[in-house]
Amino acid sequence: MLVLALDTATSAVTAGLLRLPAAGFPEVLAERVTVDARAHGELLMPSVCSVLATAGVSMRDLDAVVCGVGPGPFTGLRVGMVTAAALGDALGLPVFPVCSLDAIAYRAGTGGPLLVITDARRREVYWARYDESGARIDGPHVDRPLDVPLAGVSRVAGVPDVLGLPVVPPQYPDPAGLVAVVATTLRARATPGPFHPLYLRRPDAWEPGPRKRVTPV
Amino acid sequence: MTPTGIVLGIESSCDETGVGVVGVSGDGTVTLLADEIASSVDEHARFGGVVPEVASRAHLQAMVPTVRRALRTAGVVPSDVDAVAVTAGPGLAGALLVGVAAAKAYAVAWDVPLYGVNHLTAHIAVDTLEHGPLPPALALLVSGGHSSLLQVSSLVAPLHPLGATIDDAAGEAFDKVARLLGLGFPGGPFIDRVAADGDPDSVRFPRGLTGPGDARYDFSFSGLKTAVARHVEALGRQGIAVPVADVAAAFQEAVVDVLTAKAIRAATDRGIDTLLIGGGVAANSRLRALAAQRCTAAGVRLRVPRRRLCTDNGAMVAALGAHLLAAAAPASALDIPADPALPITTSLVGSSSSTRS
Ligand SMILES: Nc1ncnc2c1ncn2[C@@H]1O[C@H](COP(=O)(O)OP(=O)(O)O)[C@@H](O)[C@H]1O
Ligand SMILES: [Mg+2]
Repeated sequence: MLVLALDTATSAVTAGLLRLPAAGFPEVLAERVTVDARAHGELLMPSVCSVLATAGVSMRDLDAVVCGVGPGPFTGLRVGMVTAAALGDALGLPVFPVCSLDAIAYRAGTGGPLLVITDARRREVYWARYDESGARIDGPHVDRPLDVPLAGVSRVAGVPDVLGLPVVPPQYPDPAGLVAVVATTLRARATPGPFHPLYLRRPDAWEPGPRKRVTPV
Repeated sequence: MTPTGIVLGIESSCDETGVGVVGVSGDGTVTLLADEIASSVDEHARFGGVVPEVASRAHLQAMVPTVRRALRTAGVVPSDVDAVAVTAGPGLAGALLVGVAAAKAYAVAWDVPLYGVNHLTAHIAVDTLEHGPLPPALALLVSGGHSSLLQVSSLVAPLHPLGATIDDAAGEAFDKVARLLGLGFPGGPFIDRVAADGDPDSVRFPRGLTGPGDARYDFSFSGLKTAVARHVEALGRQGIAVPVADVAAAFQEAVVDVLTAKAIRAATDRGIDTLLIGGGVAANSRLRALAAQRCTAAGVRLRVPRRRLCTDNGAMVAALGAHLLAAAAPASALDIPADPALPITTSLVGSSSSTRS
C-alpha cells in the first residue's frame, strides 16, 4: 500500500511517500525533510507535492495518511495535523496518528534503554522512555531537562546533548519511522485511533483581574 | 441562473471556524449555498477576550467537520468545487495558519486553485451575496481589529485606503466599554441590546477627531473609552448606581455618530454614491439606522449585509474567492504564509495577478 507520512512536531518539516510491503520495512519512494522551525505552514504542502511528483504518484493512488501528533510546539504541530486531516477527508483516506517521539525511537533501533527528547521551548523538553524492546514505558511528558529521570537510560535520541548521555540518531521523526510505528495497524486496515494532538500543556490564558481605574482613587 | 463555478471558503482569523460555499454564474452573480460556523467564543468569555491558543486549538478540532457540514448543507460533492479560498490575513497568526494549511490541502487534493485572500476585502465582498454586483463604492469597515474607510473600485483590484483608526478599533471600543459596564463578551451585541432601552442623550461623550483641524477620514476611540470609564467611576464615587442602558446608549451614539459622519463626508468629498458598511460592528442596529438616515439625507445609496454576514464567517471568504474565480485571477502559490499583518491593499496573496501588492 502507498502511504503519505507527515510530521511537523519538531523544527523539521517532514513529508514522505512510502510503499508498505505485506511484510518488512516500509520502502521510501521519496521524502523531503526541511529543518526550519518558523516555516512549517509555507513548506509542508509544497513538500507533499514534491514527493508525489518525484515518485510519479498521484494523490488518488494513496491508501493512507500517517501523521505525527506530537508532542511538539503547538503552532507547527497543527500545520501537519490539519493538513493530514484535510487530505484524509478530501481523498477519503484513513489518517493514522503516531506519537512523534515513537517515530524517533523506532529509528533509534534497539541497543539498550532509550530516552527520546525533543525541544519544547521555554527551556523545557518533551520526553519519553523506551525499554530494550523499543516499547514506550514512560511519557510523553514535558519537563525541565533537569527533571527528566535518567535512571537506567543508556542512550538518548532527538535533541542532542541536553543531558550529556550518549547520543544516537535520529534527531527528528522521519517518514519511515512514522510508518513503521503503525505498520501493523496499516496492514490490518484497522480503524485509526483518535487523531488528537499531544499538547501536554494547557493554553496560556489568564482571566482578567479587576479593571484598572483611569481616575486616581 | 445556475452557477457555473463553486467556491469553498475557509475563515479562521479569530475565534470562528467558518466554512462557506458560494456559487458563481457566468455573468459574475454570486449565490450563497452554505455558511457554517463553529465558534469557540464561549471558551474565551471568561478571559474577557479571545485567547489565541484556545482559538487555534478549536480551529484544528473544528476544521474538517465544518467543511463537511458546509458541503452537505450546500448539497455539493467535492468534485463540484472549482476553487478553495481562505483568509490568509490579517488575524491571529496561529489561528490563520490552521485555515491556510487546511485550504492548501483541500485545494491540492481536489486539484483546484487556491486563493489566499484578505479578511477585510472579504468583509466587503460578502455584501454581493445579498445585494448583487458592487458598483464603485466607499466602504466603511468596522470590526474588532479594524476601523477603516476605503475606496473600492472593484473587488478584484487593490482597495484604496482613505483613513483608519489611530488607536482602538470600533469593535474593540464596544468590547472594552461592555467590560467596564459588566456586560458579556464580545461586548458589541450586549451594548446593542441594552442600549435599546437607554437614552443616547443622557450623557454627551466626546466625538474623537472631529475638530476642524483633525484628519478628515481617521478615527479615534480610545479617548471615548476613557471618558466612559471616568463617567462610571465618578458615579461610583457619588454612590450612584450606573444607569447601564443610558451609558451604553450614549457611548454607542458617540461611536456611530462619528463613523457615519465621516463615511458620508468621504463619499461626498469623492463623489461616490454608494456606501457599503462591513465587519462585525456593521451588525449594530443603531449604526444601521443612523447610516440609513444620513445616507438618505445625503443622497447616498447604502448597502449593509444582514447581521449574520457582518460578523466573521466563511461565506465572505467564499464570496471573494468566487469573484476572483470569475475574474480568472491566477491562483495563490502553495507556499503562501499566513500573514497576521496583511496590509489592506493586498486582496489576494501570493499570485502573480495585479491584485498582489
Ligand atoms: N451588534 C453589534 N454592535 C456593535 N458591535 C458588534 C455587534 N456585533 C458584533 N460586534 C463587534 O464586532 C467585533 C467582531 O467583528 P468581526 O468582524 O466578527 O471579528 P474580527 O474583528 O475578528 O474580524 C467585536 O468587537 C464585536 O463586539
Ligand atoms: Mg472580521
